[in-house]
Amino acid sequence: MANPFSIHKSEEQGLVVLSLEGYLDAHTAPEFEKAVETEYEAGRVRLVVECSRLTYISSAGLGVFMSFIDEIRGAGGDIKICGLAPKVFQVFDILGFSALFDIVPDLPAAVQRYEDAPVKET
Amino acid sequence: MASIEKTFSLHVPSSTENLAMIRDFVKSIGTQSGMGDLDVAKLEMAVDEACSNVMEHAYDSDSTKEVSIRATVDESSVQIDVIDTGKGFDPASVEQPKLQDLITAKRTGGLGMRLMKSFMDEVHYEMLPGVKNELRMVKKLPKRDG
Repeated sequence: MANPFSIHKSEEQGLVVLSLEGYLDAHTAPEFEKAVETEYEAGRVRLVVECSRLTYISSAGLGVFMSFIDEIRGAGGDIKICGLAPKVFQVFDILGFSALFDIVPDLPAAVQRYEDAPVKET
Repeated sequence: MASIEKTFSLHVPSSTENLAMIRDFVKSIGTQSGMGDLDVAKLEMAVDEACSNVMEHAYDSDSTKEVSIRATVDESSVQIDVIDTGKGFDPASVEQPKLQDLITAKRTGGLGMRLMKSFMDEVHYEMLPGVKNELRMVKKLPKRDG
């Protein structure tokens, strides 16, 4: 069976971009958690999670965003989320993530968002 | 005309690596019953949440146990029953806190339940811990012309 989930890391104008591919469920969420933890512990707290190739997310995946956001913002960073497909976005939206996280259409918009509002204004 | 009811079942070992198989099963049921893409996605996710809860909580990640998913489809709805013999829980005790409160408390519990209730038209539990726990979820189908 093909790898159901993978993370590609890149950098864009001083930001760390984690591009997710495949599905993020209770089985694969620990891998994502480890990736975010690695960046946080290294002091890289300006993150963009790029989701254009993410096909599915469950509450286990959402829990990773939730469990790091306070620390990351406390360290002066943020997690901007971009590229969500409509069926993935509906999950973020119904749980109220839109009010707590910066969710933007694509990577250039995420980079711009860091210029305009380094931490989401709530 | 009398409605024709069809039943489909899937039994899998209680391991999160089987969640993808469960979602594929449910997705096929939803698509074949005439649901739109967004409703199929909601069905898929509600069942994933229910099965994840069983695997991680009712069975404490013991992969020797089995999770059963039974889908019953008729002209008006898709009913999914998730059945286990694990320790069960009191549905009334599951809080539905605000998202910010969960973040502040570093907790993610309760999100799955909130999703199930948001995405399905009905959610019921019947718990006999250690004997049989059954979670029943119903999604109504759009009315067809004619």
